[in-house]
Amino acid sequence: MSHLSTVFFKEIRDNFRDRRTMLSALVFGPLFGPVMFAVLISMTLKQATDSKTQPLELAVIGADYAPSLLHYLESEDTEIEPIELTTDEAVEAVKDGTYELVLSIDEAFGEQWTEARSARVSIVMDNSDSSISRKGRRARGMISGYSRQIGAMRLLARGVDPSVMRPITIDEIDTSTPSGRAALILGMLSYFLLFAMLAGGMYLAIDTTAGERERGSLEPLLTLPVKRSTLLIGKLLATCLFMSVSLALALIAFAVVLQFMPLQQLGMSVDFGPKQVITAFVVTVPFALIGAALLTVVASFTKTFKEAQSYMNITMLLPTLPIIVAAVNNLRPSLTWMTVPSMSQHLLILDLVKGEPLQPLFVAVSIGSSLIIGTILTLIAIHLYKREGLLG
Amino acid sequence: MIRVQNIKKSFGDVIAVSDVSFTAPDGQITGLLGPNGAGKSTTMRVLYTAIKPEAGQALIDNIDVATQPLQARARLGALPHGAGLYQQLTARENIAYFAAMHGLRGQQAKDRVDEMIDLLEIGDFADRRTKGFSQGQKTKVALARALVHGPQNVILDEPTNGLDVMATRSLRKIIRKLRDQGKCVLFSSHVMQEVAALCDDIVIIAGGAVSMTGSTEDIKQNTGSDDLEDAFVRAITPAGEMLR
Repeated sequence: MSHLSTVFFKEIRDNFRDRRTMLSALVFGPLFGPVMFAVLISMTLKQATDSKTQPLELAVIGADYAPSLLHYLESEDTEIEPIELTTDEAVEAVKDGTYELVLSIDEAFGEQWTEARSARVSIVMDNSDSSISRKGRRARGMISGYSRQIGAMRLLARGVDPSVMRPITIDEIDTSTPSGRAALILGMLSYFLLFAMLAGGMYLAIDTTAGERERGSLEPLLTLPVKRSTLLIGKLLATCLFMSVSLALALIAFAVVLQFMPLQQLGMSVDFGPKQVITAFVVTVPFALIGAALLTVVASFTKTFKEAQSYMNITMLLPTLPIIVAAVNNLRPSLTWMTVPSMSQHLLILDLVKGEPLQPLFVAVSIGSSLIIGTILTLIAIHLYKREGLLG
Repeated sequence: MIRVQNIKKSFGDVIAVSDVSFTAPDGQITGLLGPNGAGKSTTMRVLYTAIKPEAGQALIDNIDVATQPLQARARLGALPHGAGLYQQLTARENIAYFAAMHGLRGQQAKDRVDEMIDLLEIGDFADRRTKGFSQGQKTKVALARALVHGPQNVILDEPTNGLDVMATRSLRKIIRKLRDQGKCVLFSSHVMQEVAALCDDIVIIAGGAVSMTGSTEDIKQNTGSDDLEDAFVRAITPAGEMLR
């Protein structure tokens, strides 16, 4: 036991003084996610608010033919710019980006309108551009709104109830809470947390085998009257500690970032206070054992620090796989999924940010299975550490 | 006392050691001499239990390293090839780490570390991080680390590699001091003069087997050569090849 703590504290002190390890564990790992988040959310926010608050700019061909329609559009916060082009020319102008959106009003519009026949307009736009497509939908929505309004008035004028035009009325009952929508973006939270942990432990894990071997300190260490398993477990625990610190910092950074993001404007509400931070920590931290053992196992197959580092980058992507599977199949927490590491943490954190209560049984199974798998990986790491090939 | 009996070790198809036997008694410096790749380091690795021999036996104070590795290592201070210090730790912390791993605690550990710092005359840089130390400084710290628990047996794998004249001299002084304290010192080198200057007894290894044992004079006599270098070359060259 005393050997174990000697190794543990030596590793902490040694790595605490290493700038590269500290940057990775305390700065890059924990801040990568929150910064990405802040950028992503503010971009979404900008797009959403832009399209709502700014007036819609609409180039119109044949503006003279439909004054009442244009008057209506202007009252709905549209800036009309009358232009003199043919429809074919308008298509070219939209293609080369001179105009984003062109409304073409047919010459016959006035005549059809007064005769109460269906009058025709066309909207020219590039649907592959999502922001233009959104503007197009907005223009279309306004025009069909006006169209319905006029249609109803015409029916009334003929003594017909306008509701005959609507044999079926659809009422949508939206069960998604505002925080449910937030979950779409927050679905990435779990990966960022796992990433922060792996980044925090990466250099220690490499140092345990490839690093010590390359520096030549492994052989003197093995001359000591201490079991190799003790050495490895001491190092592994130090790795776990660094990973836990990285996780805690990442969670705190997220809580701060989410505090300052005006998520309500996106129709989201996220309650991510101290209670959620602590719960997320408890749910996620068992993954540290899996991560630390996995990184150590991978690093023990490599000869040099550099080689180890390139394998680490691939290893750090591994936890994304279960998360992608969960996201694509829209999985919900269940006992089966709770046995899959990284997926179980992802599903639980997703529920947590949605503000849904966590089932204690699920949390227990997730923690238990992560610890069991982590222990198995640790045993593999110990086995590899006992090989003669370790010395290279 | 270190005793090696008919050990054999191969890595894949390569036979590193085919048959090595020798005894290194207490109060003597025994030199393990041989060209590069002769099997010196492999023999030493067997002794400090980093690797297991396929055949034969290695005993440290009559403890079999294969069956009781922890007890054997406790009676051993080993300086493997290259210093291998922790660069972010100071010299003192490096030594203290090994002291703690040998089970030394508290004041006793502190005293032992101070003793080692005095013995190896590294007080001037004991509290600096070892990153950027000269080869001589590193070797001294590594030796202090290996000796901190006061082992009866000391194994040094080519410790003078990369050292300048002054550092080599002070290292020899320390090794002689250990011998005079009655320790068993096993010292490897590929330089004949080096071994001749320091060792009481010489074990010459070539091609994974012991080719000659004895004092410097014995070896000169056995090879019929007055010159040390010639004697060494003759000792490591198979008889058949000498005739050509």
